[in-house]
Amino acid sequence: MNRIIDKKRLAEGINLFEIEAPLIARKRKPGQFVIIRIDENGERIPLTIADVNKEKGIITIVVQVVGKTTEHLGTLSPGDGLLDVVGPLGQPTHIEKFGTVVAIGGGVGHAVCFPIAKGMKDAGNYLITIVGARTKDLIILEEETKKFSDEFYITTDDGSYGKKGLVTDQLKELLEGGKKIDLVLAAGPAIMMKFVSLMTKEYGIKTIVSLNSIMVDGTGMCGVCRVEVGGKTKFACVDGPEFDGHEVNYDLLMKRLATYKEEEKLAYDRYMQKIKDKGKEM
Amino acid sequence: MVEKKKKKKKKRPPRQEMPRQDPKERRKNFNEVALGFSEETAVIEASRCIGCPKPECIDGCPVFVDIPGFIKLVQEKKFVEASKKIKETNVLPAICGRVCPQETQCEIVCVLSKIDKPVAIGRLERFVADYEAAAGEIEIPPKSEPKGKKVAVVGSGPAGLTVAGELAKMGYEVTIFEALHKPGGVLVYGIPEFRLPKAIVAREVNFVEKLGVEVKTNFVVGRTATVEDFFDQGYGAVFLGLGAGLPWFLNLPGINLVGIYSANEFLTRSNLMKAYLFPEYDTPLRVGKKAVVIGGGNVAMDSVRTSLRLGAKETHIIYRRSRKEMPAREEEIENAEAEGVIFDFLVNPVEFLGDKEGRVCGMKLIRMELGEPDESGRRRPVPIEGSEFVYDCDTVVIAIGQGPNPLALSTMKDLKLNKWGYIVADIETCKTSMKGVFAGGDIVTGEATVIEAMGFGWRASIAIDKYLTTGEW
Repeated sequence: MNRIIDKKRLAEGINLFEIEAPLIARKRKPGQFVIIRIDENGERIPLTIADVNKEKGIITIVVQVVGKTTEHLGTLSPGDGLLDVVGPLGQPTHIEKFGTVVAIGGGVGHAVCFPIAKGMKDAGNYLITIVGARTKDLIILEEETKKFSDEFYITTDDGSYGKKGLVTDQLKELLEGGKKIDLVLAAGPAIMMKFVSLMTKEYGIKTIVSLNSIMVDGTGMCGVCRVEVGGKTKFACVDGPEFDGHEVNYDLLMKRLATYKEEEKLAYDRYMQKIKDKGKEM
Repeated sequence: MVEKKKKKKKKRPPRQEMPRQDPKERRKNFNEVALGFSEETAVIEASRCIGCPKPECIDGCPVFVDIPGFIKLVQEKKFVEASKKIKETNVLPAICGRVCPQETQCEIVCVLSKIDKPVAIGRLERFVADYEAAAGEIEIPPKSEPKGKKVAVVGSGPAGLTVAGELAKMGYEVTIFEALHKPGGVLVYGIPEFRLPKAIVAREVNFVEKLGVEVKTNFVVGRTATVEDFFDQGYGAVFLGLGAGLPWFLNLPGINLVGIYSANEFLTRSNLMKAYLFPEYDTPLRVGKKAVVIGGGNVAMDSVRTSLRLGAKETHIIYRRSRKEMPAREEEIENAEAEGVIFDFLVNPVEFLGDKEGRVCGMKLIRMELGEPDESGRRRPVPIEGSEFVYDCDTVVIAIGQGPNPLALSTMKDLKLNKWGYIVADIETCKTSMKGVFAGGDIVTGEATVIEAMGFGWRASIAIDKYLTTGEW
């Protein structure tokens, strides 16, 4: 059992949790993730470790409500526990001084981007961060990211905050402005990573993306997270989660992410109905 | 007088059948198929053992269970004592009684098999283990003096549980590190409930814990800590019982379509995550109308029988050789046949076909014929040119075997691996190329059986004790 130490609401439907996990905190490197299971009937879901406090033995995860498990997670409070937390899993990000690095986080994907960007800054890179979301209320970790970014941009689809448009619009502006960019990192919806990669490919800029495949064990045992990179099958859990953005088959990724669409909806509706019924009883 | 005595000598009863759930019923549920002996049947079956002076069955058992000894106790209706007798060398009797291939181990060498069917050793083992559990609190054997030495066991499958249990009995302080959230390894994620109820695995794991073994779940060696860390933390020896945990996929077009599973994923979702109880349990597992399992081993049988129980209207085994060459246990093949699984022999997939949503909707198969025997001694399947045909299906499970999972191994630079990536270890002592590191089970041999893995665990316990006592490598 891993205790929840703290919980902060970052945006509508997005919560940050600090979780007691000393062994994981000690070993974790940027880019790695954990798999959690809330309770005995729960499923295993992967979540990026957004930050750690090694001294206190705490890891930070950021969770957006997208289905039953994440909805349930959102109802938990400090003092509650997660039955299982395992990690750190996945390959750490390859961090070195590349020169100028653009880190792009889309929606809750910015929680994935955040630790990598921080690691890149610590390695002496000139760091430009672009955070995008549908609307202002969904922008997360703004202040925290600003702190270590040399340049910082926000885009929203509806123009309610920052620049109106997509992260790729901001990226294009930087590229057309003649900025010399050595590396682009992108984490967010598959469709966003796809278009970021298409754009950087034109400019011949190395691009790393962090893939959010479905996983079960997270140790390379089941293969549900398989993705195609450069025409070869890879396991996101052990070979990734980061891959060369120009080589990833995003259409396949999106199809595989939709595998359990119907079951996920059923589980979510059933859970919400249960909550409703409970509310009525009280 | 002599005449009379001869007449009195009872005729040996036939090998006793074990009742099973009716195939029509059992194909709809996940309850155990085999129902076990009654006391009466067990005693009758035990009476068939002639107690030969040089019993070969003991040598047929990788952990050297005193088979005639426990059977004699069954004859005397001392069932709990019989179970304890087995536990002297085998900490997991209820599991072995269910999943061991006795027909190729202890039973094949039973002298009776020369003139009659062999004694049903496995069924008796299962009976006494269950009897002891049902009779009440399982007694913990007396422990030896604490040795004050620590051993780390990586993996809680049959090899890990055995080495841990045996070392704990000797007085070592043993910790098992398990990557998943439940201990048992393949016994919990791989073998289905209808063949090995998880409550029984939990009971046997509990027994090992009661022997003093600590089990740490959610601990991925190579990630959460390394083997080096264990030595730094004062562990005197490390046993690697990692299993073969890397699924093989077919390198064919369409292999990554939605609806194509590795057997590992399919079975893990159903067994470990209890997807068969979705939505009561959160993990889903979709099985369509026509489920096809590719492969001919026990894992393929487990997968196809699971897909049947999950509601597939039609279930098939696709196997590239003929029935005779199938590596699965005869009993499992018969169970699958009785439940209505259709076997398609001498065919092999060449391509998977998908719909516009990227879901598998069929496959292209090619017919095979058997050629000359290959290195496995079985006749090699050869494709018949021009014989391709298309076959509809909406669920595919790939059960063609698995290889060594490199996750932990890649963090141990001094550990010698063979060309397939398995650990090079001595079959007797389980010693690897790294001082203080022992290995056994599937991670050394490639996919084998539960009892073979236990045999490794058993031999490793002796070698580890020797190493920690003498310090000699």
